[in-house]
Amino acid sequence: MSVIVVLLGFSMLLAAGFLVAFLWAVRSGQYKDKHTPSLRILFDSKRRDSHDSSPPTS
Amino acid sequence: MGFQEDHVITSTTLCAHCGDPLNGPGIIHDGKAFCCNGCRVVYEILGSTGSCPAPVVQPVGGNRFAYLDEPSVVERLREFSDGHVSAVSFLIPQMYCSSCVWVLEHLYRMDSGILLSRVEFLKKNIAIRYNEEKTSLRKVVELLTTLGYEPRITLESVDRSAPPPPERSLYYRIGIAGFCFGNIMILSFPEYLSGGTVDAQLRHVFAYLNLILSLPVVFYCSTGYFQSAAGGLSKSLFTIDVPIAIGIAIIFLRSVADIVTGAGPGFLDSLSGLVFFLLLGRLFQNKTYDSLHFERSYTSYFPLAVTTRRQGRERTAPVSDLRPGDRIMIRNNEIVPADAVLIGGDAAIDYSFVTGESRTVQKIPGDLIHAGGRQVGGAIELDVVTEVSQGYLTRLWNETSFAGTPRRGLATLANTVSKYFSAGVLVVAACTAVYWLPRDPAMAFDAVTAVLIVACPCALALATPFAFGTALRVFGRNKFYVKNTGVVETLAGISTIILDKTGTLTRSSTSAVRFVGTPLTDNQKSMVASLVRNSHHPLSRTLYESLMPLPLCAVRQYHEFPNAGIEGEIEGLAVRAGSRAFAGARPNGDQAGDPEADATEARVHVRFGPEPLGYFALAGIYRDGIESLVTRLRAEHEVILLSGDTDWERPQLERRFGTRLPLYFEQAPADKKAFVAARQQGGATTMMVGDGLNDAGALQQADVGIAVTENIAAFSPACDAILEGSHLTRMDTFIALARTTKRVVLWSFAISVLYNAVGLSFAVRGALSPVVAAILMPLSSVTIVALSTLAVHIIARRRELLS
Repeated sequence: MSVIVVLLGFSMLLAAGFLVAFLWAVRSGQYKDKHTPSLRILFDSKRRDSHDSSPPTS
Repeated sequence: MGFQEDHVITSTTLCAHCGDPLNGPGIIHDGKAFCCNGCRVVYEILGSTGSCPAPVVQPVGGNRFAYLDEPSVVERLREFSDGHVSAVSFLIPQMYCSSCVWVLEHLYRMDSGILLSRVEFLKKNIAIRYNEEKTSLRKVVELLTTLGYEPRITLESVDRSAPPPPERSLYYRIGIAGFCFGNIMILSFPEYLSGGTVDAQLRHVFAYLNLILSLPVVFYCSTGYFQSAAGGLSKSLFTIDVPIAIGIAIIFLRSVADIVTGAGPGFLDSLSGLVFFLLLGRLFQNKTYDSLHFERSYTSYFPLAVTTRRQGRERTAPVSDLRPGDRIMIRNNEIVPADAVLIGGDAAIDYSFVTGESRTVQKIPGDLIHAGGRQVGGAIELDVVTEVSQGYLTRLWNETSFAGTPRRGLATLANTVSKYFSAGVLVVAACTAVYWLPRDPAMAFDAVTAVLIVACPCALALATPFAFGTALRVFGRNKFYVKNTGVVETLAGISTIILDKTGTLTRSSTSAVRFVGTPLTDNQKSMVASLVRNSHHPLSRTLYESLMPLPLCAVRQYHEFPNAGIEGEIEGLAVRAGSRAFAGARPNGDQAGDPEADATEARVHVRFGPEPLGYFALAGIYRDGIESLVTRLRAEHEVILLSGDTDWERPQLERRFGTRLPLYFEQAPADKKAFVAARQQGGATTMMVGDGLNDAGALQQADVGIAVTENIAAFSPACDAILEGSHLTRMDTFIALARTTKRVVLWSFAISVLYNAVGLSFAVRGALSPVVAAILMPLSSVTIVALSTLAVHIIARRRELLS
């Protein structure tokens, strides 16, 4: 029986970890703009000041 | 199907860079068509060799943005400054595709003073951080403008006080409720599945863990329902949130009692599932169109600053500081920010924002010019008569927005039904109590609470957001952007439809114009343009726009002949434009059958002196298919046409729409609003379809106000829904879908009542076990959600609103 309680504790901890991750994602604004990042990923610039970044070609 | 067809018709050209269909005319550069400036710039960069060149841009002329050097203006515009780095954000309506994002996020390459620029595409918003020592606000704005992304800087951008949307907290609530729901369910399974063989101690652990997990659900996730129920009751309004709040409270208390006394595991899984589904419904309902604004006030149109002149010196002053008596200068394409008297200059005022029609009105010194007009041509000088917020039109707007009748949203279907539903449940609960109390008091408590638990109107509360929310999304796919689900519901009950004529039934953009007859010389064209410039007739305006730019000549002895045409003397020659009888070929006997009546195009005949030269054929002043739309709408609704124009057009409208369509002419903005209000007094549920500021009052007064616009990104007055002009002819289908959706909701209500009957049959016998509740309650929720969403989808497809 006691092993179930221990497992229960672990599973809760794990689930809580995901909950915290979700709350962090909301808090950091990942749900604020759900569209622009999908466009930004198309730009293959490596660093902010690198010169070989090229515009999107679609 | 219909949706796709339209798409093909309106956009045959694709962008040379990104391949997206063009949005309107697009940008023609170097013989290629681009959808936006971003694509043009990127195309040039790719076309050139390697390194990033300075894109070919038109420099900003003059001192258009000089006011951005004014410290007081800078102070109000920027959001943050630490003395070195400043942050600003602008609305950029021209954003169109991923190239725009690329160009706008690489501004730092073109101006080293710009540290960072981040785009929020759906909101068409850009946030810029710049170094104040290396660049200035004015330079940043000028750079954006030269790239073709002129930010919209208006009074609104400084008067912003909009609170952030409550969406974030809704996500928190859903996350937490989902977490608790899942875990409580898992912890409840042993109890349900084992058939009572679970160790008593373990059962205790599970039950108390459940209780702990349910605390955030009750005391955080569902606070909104308690608040709204309390808020409603304090105003003696019985909304659907009242039975929901009561349900949540009773389930929780009964479960606590069960767990503490060891009588059972409680109903906590049902409780958390209920709250989770309700919150999901709320999220689904909260569909918003980020780049659209339904609550615009005049401030989003008016400029931030204006050039004033005092003692011969010009300086830039914020518009809000204008006082009566100030002398202001308005240049080409600038907006008159306050009611003012013209002092000097050639004033040609374009009131398209006010009236929805692109005409220019000539004014002479001494004339009063209402705020909102746009000057076309040279600079003019004006004396301000009233403060900005007290102008003729702005006052109209303010009045209506503050005195807006809040009668919408209260008598919604769900609220009405929940009233009867709750009454019925209370009766059942009372009967149960009366039956059990003399027999078994403990059982009476169990049975009564079980009745209240199982009858929580969860399914009732879910049917509305999912059905109307689906309809709202379908409308959005068809370029009909509705503010919220409440509007969809009101749309279903419309009895009277009031249409504005200009800009709504008619197209406000220039239509194709061709000349039939002896080809005209440029000089003759100039003469025609100069003549028709004086007339407010929509044909004249369209003709004038299509002929420009041309040098204009002086017109003398100008006369308008109602229902016939116009005449003026130009360079000693009597020039006429108008109907065939008035300016066309000499009468030759065939006049009886007026050919213009049947033609799909309108014709303007021109005559120079005695010589008829031919006619201009103007296609589609009225939107295509508008006649059949009016006929279809009239089959089920009362349709009324309001127009700000004089009634010279009555014969033509009657020919088009039949003599039985009620027409009202010379309706000033306030008249239109009063007209709508009068109809409402008479018990009608009204829908106003209009555009422009002159309809703003009526749009707000009406139960549903729909603003028709040619370009969604362009300005539209405060309203309940924004409709792209090309989709106006589907209005009847939209109303029909709203109606069927309402019927779907009613069916869902019926099904939820059925579920409740089953649940109640357990409850009144005191036999509602947690496992029955745990199956029945989520099942009813899921059925309702699936059914209402699917049904609306199928209906929309059948009505060809979805492909």
